[in-house]
Amino acid sequence: MSAPVAAPPIAPPLTVALLGNPNTGKSTLFTGLSGVQTRIGNYAGCTVEKKVGRLSIQGRSVRLVDLPGTYSLAPRSPDEMLAVDVLLGRVADVGRPDVIVCIVDAANLERNLFLFTQLRELRIPIVLCLNMWDAVARHGQEINLAELSSRLGVQVVTTTAHHRVGLEELRGAILQAAGQPPADAPAILPEPVRAEADELARWLDGQGTATEGFLATRALLDVEGEAEQRLIHGGPRETAERLKGARTRLAEAGLRLAAVESISRYAWIRQQLDGVVRESAVPPRATTDRIDAVVTHWASGLLIFLAVMFLVFQAVYTAAQPLMSAVEGAQEAAAGVISSALAPGMLRSLLVDGIVAGVGSVLVFIPQIGLLFLFIALLEDCGYMARAAYLIDRLMLRLGLSGRSFLPLMSSFACAIPGIMATRAIENRRDRLTTMLVAPLMSCSARLPVYTMLIGAFVPAIALAGGWIPLQGLTLFAMYSLGAVVAVPIAWLLKKTVFRGPTPPFVMELPEYKWPSPWIVAQRVISQVRRFVEEAGTLIFFTTVLVWAAGYFPGDRSAVHDLDVRIERLEEESGEDDETLASLKEERNAMSAALTESSYLGRAGRAVEPVFTPLGWDWRIGVAVISSFPAREVVVASLGTIFSLGGDTEADDPSLASALQSATWPDGRPLFTLPVALSVMVFFALCAQCGATLMVIRRESGSWTWPVVTFVYMTALAWLAAWGTYALSSRLLG
Amino acid sequence: MPPVTLDQLPVGAQGAILHVEGEDPLAVRLMEMGLIDGTPVKVLGAAPFGDPREYLVRGFRLSLRATEARRVSIQPT
Repeated sequence: MSAPVAAPPIAPPLTVALLGNPNTGKSTLFTGLSGVQTRIGNYAGCTVEKKVGRLSIQGRSVRLVDLPGTYSLAPRSPDEMLAVDVLLGRVADVGRPDVIVCIVDAANLERNLFLFTQLRELRIPIVLCLNMWDAVARHGQEINLAELSSRLGVQVVTTTAHHRVGLEELRGAILQAAGQPPADAPAILPEPVRAEADELARWLDGQGTATEGFLATRALLDVEGEAEQRLIHGGPRETAERLKGARTRLAEAGLRLAAVESISRYAWIRQQLDGVVRESAVPPRATTDRIDAVVTHWASGLLIFLAVMFLVFQAVYTAAQPLMSAVEGAQEAAAGVISSALAPGMLRSLLVDGIVAGVGSVLVFIPQIGLLFLFIALLEDCGYMARAAYLIDRLMLRLGLSGRSFLPLMSSFACAIPGIMATRAIENRRDRLTTMLVAPLMSCSARLPVYTMLIGAFVPAIALAGGWIPLQGLTLFAMYSLGAVVAVPIAWLLKKTVFRGPTPPFVMELPEYKWPSPWIVAQRVISQVRRFVEEAGTLIFFTTVLVWAAGYFPGDRSAVHDLDVRIERLEEESGEDDETLASLKEERNAMSAALTESSYLGRAGRAVEPVFTPLGWDWRIGVAVISSFPAREVVVASLGTIFSLGGDTEADDPSLASALQSATWPDGRPLFTLPVALSVMVFFALCAQCGATLMVIRRESGSWTWPVVTFVYMTALAWLAAWGTYALSSRLLG
Repeated sequence: MPPVTLDQLPVGAQGAILHVEGEDPLAVRLMEMGLIDGTPVKVLGAAPFGDPREYLVRGFRLSLRATEARRVSIQPT
């Protein structure tokens, strides 16, 4: 037995903030340091991704906070202000960082150090991490690290995060920096600017609004920036006047406010790097130049672009199908197991049609999300994504969007859900929301069953133009293009009204090409899928269960369940379908249809029938459309239930087509005519009957406003277009 | 040679920045990325339809639309 040892005092966990320019390998470094121990969420009230990793350095626990890549710490939007707030310790659940790791591209120190000089002024210990160090050696560039460290007054560490080189040294440097007081920041900004900022901070203190020197400087320098806004709205009343006075004095002293910071910082950086960096003999960009000669060439570049986009689309549209069928198969198997273990009844219906269907409706999206983000991660990591945006920007600009919107919109032709998740790459908030709001108009794969069923049943199989153009194919093509065609004026209109504002700049760096890291790609795919399941998944699941309940209650289903018991027993015994079985099934389906009619869902359908009458619909079509809210393709099964075929009807079921063809109004007129079929299809092409899409918009926009706006505008649009289609085609065909 | 704006500099040509016009966020962003007085720039290429274009500045490739490049005045070299 050893003597009890006094437990060492537990050191509080360290908070470390990771910052850097875009394209410095920051995410790779983050993943390399924290591994799988990462939580991703959103900061309250904004779209900024909150990424916190946990690691342990020599027994000390560390929280690593990844902040969005940025070229400068001069906040111009609430989202950019968030990084400043985290660094100043103003975000409650993060806490003031003990150490900042500033990651820079070792091959491009000059521009990268701009952000570093700003970070120095926060008075937090900094570790400067020169990443992509292998490229420096490869190109024969030389950097005198000891001299750089002593000139900048911080620890300098070299890493090649891609190959996980140098991470141990970086961990050690973080721990060492944590124990030291921050060195005084060098005086980089001109004396008059510093004096005015000090004076402003002193005055604010005197007015009872204690303000960090950093924020006072930002308020002074960033005209109409976030720091200024915050002081004007939250500080003393004379703030605006004070700022104006200070800026006028600086202008009178001959300083151009917009340029003074960049000029003084770059001058200082030049001075520090002089004699420290020896440029390489080989031009470091040769490889990328050679690739770009082909990849961004107007002809070969466009061809490659089209080929890459076609590949991505095929992957999401076609390659995901077997995986999605597997999910559906698993769902059916689970339903089968439950059905054989439980007698027909409410519990079984809840489990099979509510819970299992709900889980299935979440899982079924995973193959598409996984595949799309696999390609996005690969293209992003190798450097192609910025080129794609560069190549297509001119066309997207016509819609009021930028090149960054192309891929999300294209993916939405397969499924809007991964498409909307992919809008995260769009830097500008207004562009991002516009893209999100029009993405669900693209004709996704879930609309296809609706089109094929109605076209097969109601569009005559004839050919136009001397037999060259089959009418059914033409109709399908028209339905497929409708959403994209409508999206153009909608996007334009959104940019002119709700999201009006100056065209956001398209100042984008085209990074050097490199091999994508499988580790990083896998991490990104996993984290996207996890996020979808954890956040949007629960909402989608509950929507499905809710719609199930609305279709099940109230009403006494015991008679149906009794029939189910008899049907199942007969099926087990004979295995053959004899006449008794067929008549029992018919009776059961009729009863089930009657119960659906009297359910809350049926009542809702009846109540809103007048709304659908101008479209040529009766309440049954209305109910089918309403019940398809969790997912569009559900409409086929709903039509099956309502038209007494049972709930497991498939789109290509000939009995569904004939049931629809023979359905009539109470007065005996046929219900489904070609105009009605067209109006249903047009409605489905444009409506927002996809709960999952709306939940993902809620999740990505961080507010309920945008899913509500999307639902309202798309439903109104769908109704108007369906009404126009019905009225016009009735006149032409009738 | 007389000064031109950056969007007018032909592909392959080089020049030195004279100044960036304006005080708005775009002007400031360009300056923060190192487009300040005296900085050398080279036009690397253009996207299909001639816009945006790709520039080499301070050792990195920057893509700018013509409307943005017009803000930067250049002394061709």
